[in-house]
Amino acid sequence: MKYTLIVYGAPYSSQAAHSALRFARALPGLGHTVATVFFYHDGVYNASTLITPPQDEPHLNQAWADLKTTQGCELLVCVAAALKRGVMNDAEARRHGGEVHNLGEPFELTGVGQLLASAQSSDRTVTFAP
Amino acid sequence: MTDKTLILIRHAPHGTSFAREGIEAALVGGAMGMAVDIVFAGDGVFCLLPDQSAGALGQKGTLPMIKALPMYDIETIFVDRVALQQRGLEVSALAVDVIECELASVTASYRQIVSF
Repeated sequence: MKYTLIVYGAPYSSQAAHSALRFARALPGLGHTVATVFFYHDGVYNASTLITPPQDEPHLNQAWADLKTTQGCELLVCVAAALKRGVMNDAEARRHGGEVHNLGEPFELTGVGQLLASAQSSDRTVTFAP
Repeated sequence: MTDKTLILIRHAPHGTSFAREGIEAALVGGAMGMAVDIVFAGDGVFCLLPDQSAGALGQKGTLPMIKALPMYDIETIFVDRVALQQRGLEVSALAVDVIECELASVTASYRQIVSF
């Protein structure tokens, strides 16, 4: 079955992102795939390329990128939730007069409508909240 | 089982932005012509109380957004009967027209549920 995962939890603040990753990694072994991971609410911080954990802890931003490499899933970030939390790509940073950006490939900024579209085109939608 | 998407609101209107972001998702779905229903359960039923205004933290209130749902073709607004009872609330005291329901029977009939 195709799964959409929704992540509301900020990295390292709660278990949500870790649980979502472990769930996503377990799916192929059971014959399922992750089609989309959608980051909303504080989950948008997972997309920050500036995440720098201690070297002996999981690097969540890199782990999500690896998930896309291995499973080909979309990594979608709600643009409204991200902008107000200071997470944005180069184009948005320039549009809003910022000098830096902290989001890029393989994460994509998108509207929350895409969350509902992803859910409707998947067999299952699972939410990971703090 | 319906192919419509159910938005489940479980958080109070203030304290976190979950309720607000969930209602926003419902409105966006409606604006994009998607088939969306919404249900308020748990502390989410507090979103339906009248006489709310913008919060002290400068956040916009959620009640005007809920009242706008029908304008976005979201006509079905459920509220969990047990959640109301547990909080001493009557459906007649709510600020919007809602359908009282048993949460489990509603969620069981939707293929897709997005929870906030």
